[in-house]
Amino acid sequence: MRVIVPISVGWTRLFSRWDLLATLLVLGLLVFLAEASRHLFEPLTSLQQQPLSLDPRNLPEYAARTTLRMLIAMVLSLIFTFTYATLAAKNKTAERILVPLLDILQSVPILGFISVTVVFFMALAPGRVLGAEFAAIFAIFTSQAWNMAFSFYQSLRTVPTELEEASRNFRLSPWMNFWRLDVPFAMPQLIWNMMMSMSGSWFFVVASEAISVGNTTVTLPGVGSYIALAIERQDMHAVYWAIATMLIVILIYDQVLFRPLVAWADRFRFEQEAGMLPPRSWVFDVLRQSRVIERMTQPFGTLWRRTMRSRPKQPAPAERPPRFDHARFAFQLGIVITALAAIALWQSVQFLITGITLSDVALTLLLGLATLARVVVLIAVASVIWVPIGVWIGTRPNAAVIAQPVAQFLAAFPANLLFPIAVSGIVAWKLNPDIWLSPLMILGTQWYILFNVIAGAAAIPTELRAAGANFHVRGWLWWRRIALPAVMPYYVTGAITASGGSWNASIVAEVASWGNEHLQAAGLGAYIAQQTDAGDFHRIVLGIVVMSLFVVVINRLFWRPLYFYAERKFRLG
Amino acid sequence: MNALLDIHELRQTFPRADGGELLVLDGVELTLNLGQIVGLLGRTGSGKSTLLRLIAGLAQPSGGTVTYLGEEVHAPAAGIAMVFQGFALFPWLTVLENVQLGLEALGLPEAEIRKRALAAIDLIGLDGYESAFPRELSGGMRQRVGFARALVVHPNILLMDEPFSALDVLTAETLRTDFLELWSDGKLPIKGVILVTHNIEEAVLMCDRILLFSSNPGRIISEIAVDLKQPRNRLDPQFHDLVERIYVAMTARTPTPLQIGTGPATTVNTVLPRVSANLMSGLLESLAAPPFNGRADLPVLADELALEADELFPVSDALQMFRFAEIEGGDIKLTDIGKQFVELGTDERKKLFQRQLLSYVPLAAHIRHVLQERANHAAPKSRFFDELEDYMSTDDAELTLRAVIGWGRYAESFAYDDDSGMFSLENPT
Repeated sequence: MRVIVPISVGWTRLFSRWDLLATLLVLGLLVFLAEASRHLFEPLTSLQQQPLSLDPRNLPEYAARTTLRMLIAMVLSLIFTFTYATLAAKNKTAERILVPLLDILQSVPILGFISVTVVFFMALAPGRVLGAEFAAIFAIFTSQAWNMAFSFYQSLRTVPTELEEASRNFRLSPWMNFWRLDVPFAMPQLIWNMMMSMSGSWFFVVASEAISVGNTTVTLPGVGSYIALAIERQDMHAVYWAIATMLIVILIYDQVLFRPLVAWADRFRFEQEAGMLPPRSWVFDVLRQSRVIERMTQPFGTLWRRTMRSRPKQPAPAERPPRFDHARFAFQLGIVITALAAIALWQSVQFLITGITLSDVALTLLLGLATLARVVVLIAVASVIWVPIGVWIGTRPNAAVIAQPVAQFLAAFPANLLFPIAVSGIVAWKLNPDIWLSPLMILGTQWYILFNVIAGAAAIPTELRAAGANFHVRGWLWWRRIALPAVMPYYVTGAITASGGSWNASIVAEVASWGNEHLQAAGLGAYIAQQTDAGDFHRIVLGIVVMSLFVVVINRLFWRPLYFYAERKFRLG
Repeated sequence: MNALLDIHELRQTFPRADGGELLVLDGVELTLNLGQIVGLLGRTGSGKSTLLRLIAGLAQPSGGTVTYLGEEVHAPAAGIAMVFQGFALFPWLTVLENVQLGLEALGLPEAEIRKRALAAIDLIGLDGYESAFPRELSGGMRQRVGFARALVVHPNILLMDEPFSALDVLTAETLRTDFLELWSDGKLPIKGVILVTHNIEEAVLMCDRILLFSSNPGRIISEIAVDLKQPRNRLDPQFHDLVERIYVAMTARTPTPLQIGTGPATTVNTVLPRVSANLMSGLLESLAAPPFNGRADLPVLADELALEADELFPVSDALQMFRFAEIEGGDIKLTDIGKQFVELGTDERKKLFQRQLLSYVPLAAHIRHVLQERANHAAPKSRFFDELEDYMSTDDAELTLRAVIGWGRYAESFAYDDDSGMFSLENPT
């Protein structure tokens, strides 16, 4: 299983001016949304047209609504991926701004911004419920889209040259080239990322269905709001029901959606790894063998192929086709982007100056350091636990067959469901929330370390392991010389994902409540959550900007160099 | 008009790291006439694949023109189809779907697409494999799909980019013979072929005309007409003479004044062949031993050692550069130093190797000199890399440094630590 690095490692310099422009653009967007929402905020009143019920019989309906939101977001993410990533990969000029932009965008902890977008979308939409739906879907979308786009972009850049030449030589139209070459080539990696996205977005679903900004509470019927209500009412039974529902929904997803997709996408794998059994899925087998399904889909297939056969207009012979003027386009694009960045800068400065003092900035930086300390310690602890376990599992194919799906399942399980249990424990034993709330941050993201280490350990060539055994390399020496170096590149990839996710999770994990019990740790995540409760848009933006800054700087200064080092030194084969 | 394709004054440059230009192809003149197979033969780096891509419209030339049936080629033209070295089949499409690809792009009706694809599959001997995926096929069968896919669009010109070089010897021979048979019988819907190859015998076996390319930059140094009747026989003395003639032409010194008997002048900025010291010793030993006893005909040597000309030339170049051997008239001959080298034991060999390296490979002497000058006896790789990049492409600079690092390590002239990217005079103790 190839794993994709969730940061842009294709850029050799630490920071370029394109990064600066991208940062300004994202900042401008945040400020724009916040500013717009601030003005729209006033007229809102509570929006609870139909009260939620904790009756478990409602859960199937809630689960269906939640699922629908996620699927719509997934479709939007795919559309975004196909357009944004394709533009970035095919147009050198656009690439220079789009890739850093994506890198910055994915560092923005959107979890803290859900409240802002809710207000924004509710004001935009005709009916308020629809607006809240938009906002929830948007939040889920932002948790899914970035890594899918990254994966697609990286796949497009690695399409084998000969295949590209063959496609051009046989004069495939751009449309046909896209569907016959680009998409199939990227498909296995994209599906793997869709699965990761889907897993990760559960976290956001739970957070985005029940939002309160200031005095306004927005509740959308769904599993997430059901859990929120259960926590508010301290109803442990309801929490268990919700957990059971999630388990079932995740299981259905796996069996009906992802397993068939993986089985189907197997044909698109470019290089076949020896000794790997092709993935199977009973749903896929049934679909493929069914005559009825074949009959039903055939007309669509024919129609689809017809769109590819539509012949592009031939340029008149002997006439040189007008060459695309890259320099001019780059110049124009540069002007537009610089202008946008300037506006963004102006707007941001104004926005921040009016509502924020220097001491606010100092405070957020300080709190950022507190959260940073948590992330560092947690990643270290998770590594110490999961690397040995991952290596153990990865080097035993039988264990891997069982453990891999379990780990995947655990990753999909939204960790915020366990918060009530943790909070009641902390309250009962009077533990220090500054320390004991922290593990919640990594609950959901630690699995990426485990996944990747398992994949890395499984990829150690049998010959290398045999050589180790032959020379009696055992114990600590074995770990130091064989296991750890071999899984290093994989581990780094997993740790990057885990660390990025933990920052985001801190917004939910540094504050937790159970009925009237409110626990809070000192940290940037708690700060953002607090300001959201207070409805202070200036400080929400400040918190998010500072957190993004932390994530970007750590990615550039620590993870990226580490990744390059591991890749160069330890990559096998 | 008989000419399918006319190439005039064709020039191709690539941008260099320092902003200058690297000349890859220069002054290429070529005409492809109706019913001909033209071979482009040259060493790696002679720009013959680049030329093929210019003809295919996959790249734009820096100067000169490619004219196909009276029209200049600027984009992939209808009627020019290509067979690729690595097959370039779409792994997610079946054999039939791969073959149909070009026809679908033409926008033909579905029934005709099917009819023509099946006919091509039939012609090229792929019957029964229609629904197989490329990964289920052997290399030979895969390249057959490559041929069928190209032929099915009924191109006027078929471009072949080393189509047999990824196949084993027997499979390649079968495929070549099948292709020539169909071509001679006029069963192929094509009017002319351009074949890129580094295999001299293959060129003589298949082509009506062979254009020999020099390296760095690629220029046509000679044109050889092959008048032998098809099917050709490798054992035919005329065939053998032609092969010999091409070997002589390809190992002839570049027409610049040089010191007599010592091979082309090497400077600090010469692209070095990436050949290991072990391979050099191996060839020296083979040359010294019977049946060659110090002197060998290059085609015979290649045959004996089961090396392709393309694999043999870099080694013989390196031996010539080190003054271990001389090449003349298609023969390679050991020098006295070369003979001496073979007689020595491991440590003495290293000493001799070091002497020759520092005397005749200026880059190695340069690196050693820089290291000795510096107080800490260390220098980063980038220092030399940047220097080289002003004269050659990034890839060549990397290969050249790798070659000199390999030799320097064998000769213990200097050490290199890949982790830190540092050259130094100290070997680890």
